[in-house]
Amino acid sequence: MKAAVVVFPASNCDRDVATALEQANGAPPKMVWHQDASLPDGLDLIVLPGGFSYGDYLRCGAMAAHSPIMRDVIARAKKGTPVLGICNGFQILCETQLLPGVLMRNASLKFVSRDVNMTVEGANTMFTARYKPGQVINIPVAHGDGNYFADKETLDRLEGEGRVAFRYVEGDNPNGAARNIAGIFNESRTILGMMPHPERHADPLLGSTDGKAIFDSLVSALS
Amino acid sequence: MKARVTVMLKSGVLDPQGKAIGQALGRLGFAGVGDVRQGKVIELELDETDQGKARAKLSDMCEKLLANTVIENYAIELR
Repeated sequence: MKAAVVVFPASNCDRDVATALEQANGAPPKMVWHQDASLPDGLDLIVLPGGFSYGDYLRCGAMAAHSPIMRDVIARAKKGTPVLGICNGFQILCETQLLPGVLMRNASLKFVSRDVNMTVEGANTMFTARYKPGQVINIPVAHGDGNYFADKETLDRLEGEGRVAFRYVEGDNPNGAARNIAGIFNESRTILGMMPHPERHADPLLGSTDGKAIFDSLVSALS
Repeated sequence: MKARVTVMLKSGVLDPQGKAIGQALGRLGFAGVGDVRQGKVIELELDETDQGKARAKLSDMCEKLLANTVIENYAIELR
């Protein structure tokens, strides 16, 4: 699997996700600077990592969505190249409208950094094949703006089309997200955006490997 | 030409910051405060002299960057 991680100014999970990818894949991903005009050829996966790109100015992900590299990211994503957006990466995917909806300020107005339990709603995709449908996994969140919001029609459509990837377990919703949504797919299930950080639970040293299956699933689907 | 763009959350979209401000005002003893909403003001200088063209350009800016129209409305003032 040939993967690339896009690095924005103030990305801070780029190296963590690179480590998780390398452990799963056996080879390190290419790190691509946001000012570059294009991604390497023949990519199997693009990762938009967590962080606080451009200091969260204007809205989280709004500036990054218009940085030079994103033109190629959007073009490749539209042609079917898989994209994984984690935390700030999810916010950027919403700002580019590759995914519907928006991540609003947490309902508590507090930055939340803790482990949450969520269920795997959308198994059987290239991102989640190694999970069982309905499996409860424990993954850390660390964000101030993870409150997923979309209008009722969009939420109904996401649910009807089985595009909710992960849902916080009832009572463990850290941010007020509509219908406990923690992550969603695009229509073709080649793009996944999620607020929790699977790369932070991808090595036994970190206390849990519940997030590792995402990287393993991608490697077996895309290699 | 100077322009002022006001970006506000759409009605019906929960505004926790506005709510917190309202509660703080209540704690300070300001009675009779109803709904409080918080937004953003962006001031821009444009080298455009035609009002219509300026307005069209600003709308485009709002749609593409200044507002997220999933949750936000915008208003444009020219001065």
